[in-house]
Amino acid sequence: MKTFPIGGVHPSDNKKWSNTKAIEVLELPDVVNIPLGQHIGAPATAKVAKGDKVLTGQLIAEATGFMSANIHSPISGTVTAVDMQVNGQGLRQMMITIKREGDEWMPEIDRSAEIKRECDLDSAAIIAKIKDAGIVGMGGATFPTHVKLSIPNGCKAEYLIINGVECEPYLTSDHRTMLERGKELLVGVEILKKALGVEKAVIGVENNKPDAIANLNKIIKEEKFVVSVAPLKVQYPQGGEKQLIAAITGREVPPPPALPIHVGAVVCNASTAVAVYEAVQKNKPLIERVVTITGKELKEPRNLLTRMGTPISKLIEMAGGLPEGDVKVVNGGPMMGRPMVNIDSPVTKGCSGVTIYSGKEAQRVNVESCIKCAKCVSACPMGLEPYLIIRLTQKHMWEELEAEYITNCIECGCCQYSCPAGLSLLDYVRLGKQTVMGIIRARAAADAAKK
Amino acid sequence: MTVLLFTILTLSVLGILSAIILYFVAQKFKVEEDPRIDELEKMLPGANCGGCGLTGCRAMAEAMVKQDDISALYCPVAGAECMKKMAALLGKVAPEKEPTVATVRCGGVCSKRPRTNTYNGAKSCAVASTVYIGETGCAYGCLGYGDCVEACKFDAIKVNPETGIAEVDPDKCTACGACVTACPKKIIELRKKWPKNRAVYVSCVSKDKGAVTMKACKAGCIGCGKCAKVCAFDAITVENGLAYIDSNKCKLCRKCVNECPTGAIVLKGMDPLPKEPKTPAAKPATPAAAPAAKPAAEAKPAVENKENINEQK
Repeated sequence: MKTFPIGGVHPSDNKKWSNTKAIEVLELPDVVNIPLGQHIGAPATAKVAKGDKVLTGQLIAEATGFMSANIHSPISGTVTAVDMQVNGQGLRQMMITIKREGDEWMPEIDRSAEIKRECDLDSAAIIAKIKDAGIVGMGGATFPTHVKLSIPNGCKAEYLIINGVECEPYLTSDHRTMLERGKELLVGVEILKKALGVEKAVIGVENNKPDAIANLNKIIKEEKFVVSVAPLKVQYPQGGEKQLIAAITGREVPPPPALPIHVGAVVCNASTAVAVYEAVQKNKPLIERVVTITGKELKEPRNLLTRMGTPISKLIEMAGGLPEGDVKVVNGGPMMGRPMVNIDSPVTKGCSGVTIYSGKEAQRVNVESCIKCAKCVSACPMGLEPYLIIRLTQKHMWEELEAEYITNCIECGCCQYSCPAGLSLLDYVRLGKQTVMGIIRARAAADAAKK
Repeated sequence: MTVLLFTILTLSVLGILSAIILYFVAQKFKVEEDPRIDELEKMLPGANCGGCGLTGCRAMAEAMVKQDDISALYCPVAGAECMKKMAALLGKVAPEKEPTVATVRCGGVCSKRPRTNTYNGAKSCAVASTVYIGETGCAYGCLGYGDCVEACKFDAIKVNPETGIAEVDPDKCTACGACVTACPKKIIELRKKWPKNRAVYVSCVSKDKGAVTMKACKAGCIGCGKCAKVCAFDAITVENGLAYIDSNKCKLCRKCVNECPTGAIVLKGMDPLPKEPKTPAAKPATPAAAPAAKPAAEAKPAVENKENINEQK
């Protein structure tokens, strides 16, 4: 079974709570809050003002520059505010608030259930359509897809890799998408192949989803798609972009600023492929996504097709409400998710799931001293030395930290998971990485100013 | 026996010879260094705190000797007295600076600023501030995990376990500024040091709108601007819903302290002015001007809170 070469951990996947639950459509929210910055890059620029009437699928915020993404209204109604609102982390962020009135869609959106396979657009037209639809990586990194598909000069794409690994414990939204929307996904892959001009397309799926693998293989055989499915070893972070490329092609992506395209690979999430299908064939922008709401103590974990901007509290309500006692609500999964303080914050393009922990699970273990056992070193899939990195971060030794390739960190959390002393490794690694990235950016800006 | 003697003799001769060679080599390759550098270094505190902006006391001493104009060099730890002595030694003009003291500008104690969640990540303000808002509803306030305490080389700042807020011991504080840099929320400021540790300052850095601040913390500055109106020395500015007292203009008249509806202006080392009974003639004058400048939503909670504070007292 294929896997990435170094590091990794094997947390219990806990997918059984929601992986048998079919995708259900969540009823429309009455009010949505749409953050303008819900992707990597510059926040979008609002195109509507208070009092404007909008339709479902209408452009409400336009991409600011190339490295940004459009945002569309997920419901029809009236814009009630374009103002700072509290996000999941409790910080204030610019959001567009829309109050729902009915559900009237933009007329050009094809809402029929029929699957349209033929696509006669050329590469540039496909990428333009994807850009217009505001599609970003839906696995959580929210990298604008049109940027990913625009191959820089001097590079050539050889592989299109579809990330259906979903190695994050608990989450099952991609799993259910592959099971229930396999054909749309595969048409999406064909479109992406055409956009990139590649021959080889591989869907990487972790081997704990045999039903999804069987389903995709069956459709490929019946409908004669030119795509292969690669079952991968169950190991975290198999779904990390660089890990997935290493597992499937055997190529190693060099440290930043190199990108996967420099080794000829483009990786897209499985849900993103479905969104690409909808955007290109059905003119439907990215206004809804499948969100897993799960947790051991939840009465009814579910996979919900949710409009963007829906308050997360509504999903929790659908899952039977919060359990008693102290709880921790995490936007994402246990390894890479971000804990939230405001559960009324909206579902965004990168929100693949909401995980809820209660009781002892919500607490961190007591911190003890580092005994230099080097478990974090063997767990790190990027070959870094987390124990050293956190010491350097604590001592503010930024130059040394840069020399340790901190920017190569993918923030997967394997180090912290493996630490027997319960050290908050990831917390410090993230801080160090953010600071060093800031220093690098400042240096680049200073160099640019000199020239 | 002869072996022993021979050994001792040989080694001694070798040692003496090497010493002689080394002496001449040392003379030949001697690095000329200004003896005043050593002298200055001895006079400096030797804490290597970086308060002067240089890497340590030696670097400071070297810079003082090398530069003709030393007005930009100032060791806050040594103080004005020591700086004068050092300048006299060099025959240069001593830089002058008012003594300052680090001031923690957050009054969000536990009773005033309720906790909304529990943080159990790494106990570091820098880490917590990259993760989320913090344990309270205020995005600007003191987190209380003690990054400043760790940065302080003089044991002058402590996090009070009862209030959860960092407190400076003004007698120990040398104004080196290490805590100012360490604080990710930029709460700590170096302010003019008055005799007997007297101080008047706005103990809040929240730039939120009044109503938002109010909801998160009862001791926050809501930007009502009453203090600025009453100040006779033009020392108070209100910007982005936050009042700021310029410590170089402030004359410690304390009028603003009584005026503040939330108690965000803190008075230290002095007794407050006696509260004037509000005359009916004076009262309508201020509110009449206030609503025009402030939205009603913001002005209203301010009044409510004033009543609360009075009740508490």
